Amino acid sequence: MDEQAEVLYRERKQRILDAVALRKPDRVPIVSPFQLFPYTYAGVPFREAMYDYAKAREACHKFVDDFQPDADFGPVLAYAGKPMDTLGLKWFRWAGHGLPEHAMYQFVEGEYMTAGEYDEFLYDPSHFLASKWLPRSFGALAAFSDFPAMRRMMWFGWTGLLAGLARPEMRQALAAALQAGEELAEWFASLARYAAEIKAKGFPQAYAGFSWTPFDLVGDTLRGTRGIMGDVIRRPEKLLQAVEKATPIAIEYGLSAAGADLPLCWIWPHKGSAGFLSDRQYARFYWPFLREVIEALVARGVIPVIYFEGDETPRLKHLAEVPPGKVWFHFATMDMARAKEVLGGIACISGNLPSHLLLTGTPEDVRRCCRSLIDTCGRDGGYIMDTSVMVDEAKPENVRALFDFTREYGVY
Amino acid sequence: MKDLLVQAIADIQEDEALTLAARLLDAGAPAKTILDACREAMCIVGDRYERREYFLPELVVSGETLKRIAALIRPEAREAAATEPLARILIGTVAGDIHDIGKEIVAFMLAANEFEVRDLGVDVSASRFVQEVKEARPDILALSGFLTLAYDSMKETVAALSTAGLRDQVKIMIGGAPMDDGVRDYVGADAYGPDAMAAVRIARRFAGGG
Ligand code: B12
Repeated sequence: MDEQAEVLYRERKQRILDAVALRKPDRVPIVSPFQLFPYTYAGVPFREAMYDYAKAREACHKFVDDFQPDADFGPVLAYAGKPMDTLGLKWFRWAGHGLPEHAMYQFVEGEYMTAGEYDEFLYDPSHFLASKWLPRSFGALAAFSDFPAMRRMMWFGWTGLLAGLARPEMRQALAAALQAGEELAEWFASLARYAAEIKAKGFPQAYAGFSWTPFDLVGDTLRGTRGIMGDVIRRPEKLLQAVEKATPIAIEYGLSAAGADLPLCWIWPHKGSAGFLSDRQYARFYWPFLREVIEALVARGVIPVIYFEGDETPRLKHLAEVPPGKVWFHFATMDMARAKEVLGGIACISGNLPSHLLLTGTPEDVRRCCRSLIDTCGRDGGYIMDTSVMVDEAKPENVRALFDFTREYGVY
Repeated sequence: MKDLLVQAIADIQEDEALTLAARLLDAGAPAKTILDACREAMCIVGDRYERREYFLPELVVSGETLKRIAALIRPEAREAAATEPLARILIGTVAGDIHDIGKEIVAFMLAANEFEVRDLGVDVSASRFVQEVKEARPDILALSGFLTLAYDSMKETVAALSTAGLRDQVKIMIGGAPMDDGVRDYVGADAYGPDAMAAVRIARRFAGGG
């Protein structure tokens, strides 16, 4: 790595670590998950980015070179199209699969676990996921509905397991799984290569792991919004047990960030924002489990980045319970002065620059907004500049204003 | 017993509400009694939601309770018992968008406020809206959209109604997280509302000829 790049890398990383530790960095760091924008900016149709990994890397390099974020996501947010095709992924629509070639993918929510299946999930989550969730999620894995239960492998149970795997339909499903696995290995290699390339240019990777809030693991992945909201009233005990079961799983996901150079683990909470649950429901079903995940990750040196996309104003008092100087909260809709007041000395905060301003506003609007954010909550560290939600469409001159102005005005 | 039914629905006692409704029907209570109880209960639920005593769990469950109670009543009886609504409203989430929670709350509150609501669901194409407007002749069309792409879907829907010569026959209101009056101008709708109570106010204004 050339010497100058190495210095820049260390500076950028330290800037983020300082902000999280509530120390004053040299200036306000800027880290933002731009999703579709890097590709439109580079003139690469999103569909191409999902299938041609080299093209995706190229587009992301252009974004990094031109805007110089303090840490970068790269192609991970574009996902890999090939394995999704191979497996016939059902809970996504994406460019070429129900959406035009420039479109961002969309999650299609459903009930991938019925209300009557809680006990099955609780008894053996792995087998439930293999035999119910996989076939419901992937057309090519329909045969997994007869997947032999691994828990019965003991003594001569392995005979049934292996015979089950050798059935013709299962062979076909396994062949598809293997093919998708190879395609995924190619994608992971591309991500690793990109990370090494930007590191050589002096940029840290913005993520080392991803995880979920336990309530959303159950709500987003299994029950769906309507399902889980009904369960809060109809079967609170079962729901609590499932959220409890999901908690160590969420911790396990997040610990993949442990030991990383910049150990950021991103969590996107969904169903706990204002308007979804009452404070009592939030305090019972949502927060204790999210807090447990945060604490477990912090204990292992991971920095949880909790990327709230709704309005968390009524939850601030709970958020103030996290270990000080170890957590980064991102807010979409929030009175940032109030957030600073409640969380100052406790957690680093980021976000709140309205993403639509990057599309509909002028560079002057963007600068004005950045200035006010830095003035309100960036004055003595503990703030990272970021948009309100992930950026798809934006005018390049506005994005430039965001980065340039923050670098200039955000100096401490 | 009718009051108990109102209370059970409003207090989100689903099983009790269903049992009570079935018992009332068995005892020969007219469909109108049950439907009135549902309407009364809906008003209370809507009110508690407005006052932030209720949240999504209560709305989801009470909404489904109402549907299950309505299903206990024979369709002819249901029709005969129907009261004259303030106006008839067609609602749906526009093409390309599958968010439906906000839309359902709007539909719920409109129905609680004596509007007849027909819900077309999500990802409703412009041509489907046109066809339904042609057939059902609603007074008001309510469009929900939550994604940026919904701006254009709404614009197309309004344009398709114009092309079909139906634009003058319905008042159109829009809503959903990223909408505002600017978007209303852009799509050519008559009104924008930020939340479900606004939807009710706008619908009342439209129904009053405003
Ligand atoms: C829950 C949710 C989902 C769920 C939807 C579940 C469901 N069955 O509806 C799932 C997980 C499926 C989902 C998927 C996606 N979502 Co989403 N989702 C949300 C979320 C978190 C909450 C929406 C909600 O239900 N709010 C609660 C209700 C009560 O509020 P409301 O929707 O605002 O409705 C009120 C008012 O708007 C108004 N209203 C609504 N309709 C109408 C109509 C009229 C006539 C009137 C007057 C008023 C009115 O009254 C309602 C009640 O008061 C929002 C973020 C947010 N906080 O708003 C994002 C959000 C809407 N989603 C977003 C995105 C990007 C997506 C995805 C593309 C993500 C992805 N990449 O997969 C997909 C798209 C799927 C699709 N094709 O539609 C973005 C939209 C950004 C944009 N401007 O384009 C948001 C804003 C999140 C964000 N901050 O980025 N999502």
